Amino acid sequence: MPRELSFTGAINEALHIAMRSDADVIVLGEDVAGGGGRKDQGIEDAWGGPFGATRGLIGAFGPERVRDTPISEMGFLGAAVGAAATGLRPVAELMFIDFLGVALDPLLNQAAKMRYMFGGKVRVPLTVRTNVGAGNCTASQHSQALYGFTAAIPGLKTVIPSTPADAKGLLLASIRDDAPVVFCETKSLMNLKGDVPEGDYEIPLGLAAVVREGGDVTLVGLGRTVHTSLEAAAKLAAEGIEAEVVDLRSLYPLDEATVLESLRRTGRVVVVDEATPHCGIASEIASLCVDRGFDFLDAPVKKVTAPHTPVPFSPVLEEAYLPTADGVVEAVLEQLGWNR
Amino acid sequence: MISREEALDVYQQLRTIRSFEEKLEALVMAGRLPGFLHLYVGQEAVAVGVCAHLRERDAVSSTHRGHGHCIAKGVDLTGMMAELFGRRTGICKGKGGSMHIADVDRGMLGANGIVGAGLPLAVGAALTASVKKTGGVAVAFFGDGATNQGQFHESLNLAAAWKLPAIFVLENNGYGEATPTEFATPLTDLAERAVAYRMHSLVADGMDFFDVFEKAGEAIGRARDGKGPTLLECKTYRFLGHFVGDPLGYRTEAELADWKTNRDPLEVFVAKATEMGLVSAPALARIDAEVDAKIDAAIAAAAEAPFPSPEDVLTDVYPAE
Repeated sequence: MPRELSFTGAINEALHIAMRSDADVIVLGEDVAGGGGRKDQGIEDAWGGPFGATRGLIGAFGPERVRDTPISEMGFLGAAVGAAATGLRPVAELMFIDFLGVALDPLLNQAAKMRYMFGGKVRVPLTVRTNVGAGNCTASQHSQALYGFTAAIPGLKTVIPSTPADAKGLLLASIRDDAPVVFCETKSLMNLKGDVPEGDYEIPLGLAAVVREGGDVTLVGLGRTVHTSLEAAAKLAAEGIEAEVVDLRSLYPLDEATVLESLRRTGRVVVVDEATPHCGIASEIASLCVDRGFDFLDAPVKKVTAPHTPVPFSPVLEEAYLPTADGVVEAVLEQLGWNR
Repeated sequence: MISREEALDVYQQLRTIRSFEEKLEALVMAGRLPGFLHLYVGQEAVAVGVCAHLRERDAVSSTHRGHGHCIAKGVDLTGMMAELFGRRTGICKGKGGSMHIADVDRGMLGANGIVGAGLPLAVGAALTASVKKTGGVAVAFFGDGATNQGQFHESLNLAAAWKLPAIFVLENNGYGEATPTEFATPLTDLAERAVAYRMHSLVADGMDFFDVFEKAGEAIGRARDGKGPTLLECKTYRFLGHFVGDPLGYRTEAELADWKTNRDPLEVFVAKATEMGLVSAPALARIDAEVDAKIDAAIAAAAEAPFPSPEDVLTDVYPAE
């Protein structure tokens, strides 16, 4: 029976299930317990991670398997890679994806490449849970949407759910995947509530979802911008324009077929992404549509993204930075105008 | 200390690494090997002295200068040679080469092209041993250059904070590529860095198998007994360049000659082992011949082995679904 859970609650439930079903799963990261090791003082998980996503794990599974790390991203991510290569199935928390700046080598040069460099003779079943995106006034170093960067690295998979139900199923699939997976949790969605099925279920990586059907235009979103797209679709519907909304869910592997199939039905694509526009997922989708969907296109592919700037602090500036439903509507109307 | 049988085994390994590396140098000079190589000649006593204490499932992580660690950890010579020749029969199917040579089934977590990157991998292997209570340990081999990297400090701190069964084996050969150690850090004994992490530390003569063996035994014994990590600095020297083709020039002929004449780890071992009555000249000569024949056979097999198919470029990126 589905019941309503927040995004954070869904992730918490998935972690409990993963740890219960496999003793090799461990969770490590900064403050994943918070106050871990102070049980004698009546303190166990003061934080459960900065969003509370790991709350209760240390009590249920103990300090051997649930480890607060020093603020030492390169060290503990590297250790997680080594642990994954030698028989554990670690879920490491990189508190914000921006911290890749001090933690990149273990992901870029070790986890991503070990299997290939070693001729397929190793598994690296590592999941890196990390928080992405803007919308909470966390400014330039805690708000980036760097998933396009990890999705560009061969050997890694990159996943970004947009609903609590998907977050649970995709996280369970990520943890059980034998490849290293970067699992992106969108900051502005953490308190979003939605129906989440009970029990243990996985959503396969590499499957996009058509979350709204419509025949006039395809809006492709991911994470936060699935909701931006749905909001835009509602506004367009009021004008008599029916938008289809595709939630990518997984950036690598990328479900090209679902995007192209939708394009074939609608003839128009607008990609909506809160990341910056250069060399990113929006460009990748645009390229896919031009390269393999050219004959279906009735209008140029449009990208609605953040601008090529750092993420600003002030709420006014941040609002100007993030793609909006109105911006999507405008892009669609422009496409239709082109066609008229 | 060690038995006669073990002494012959030690000599066999020292000699295998020496010959393997010298033959590789000749192959590179003859234009028979692709890419470039970092050779271990001069440092053999470190890998052999440490790995003598390890079990098959104990893990080691290595460096760009990794052939010696592979051999001491028991990785198959034929597969190694084929890898260096870039052949399909290579231990990594020709996809890793010298800088990524690995055999995870034997606990060899790979040579590494990134200075310092092997340390956290060994910490992770030690974490696996700790969580799964295997009784295993993990060794990180790295050079003096790596001690100036953040990965070194983060790894030592994490291993010390979590009291993991990790051994950090610092092979101080006096040079980070072409830069002398004293130019890169104010420290003389790099083992002093352990103080900052309240970690047990030891300094060994890296040219003397017996000294490395004794101190590594202490470090690995502590790790197995749950007493936490050790930083073991082995003072050593590489007899060849940083890589084959290194123009050198950053160290004097006299310095090199002194190390080679007076402190060659094979000669040091033979002299001491002979004096202890552990080895005899005929037995050593027999090993020399066996080692050379084995390496020559590995070279012949590698040279005749097929190259990978071009389509193999696409495989082994992700596990099969």
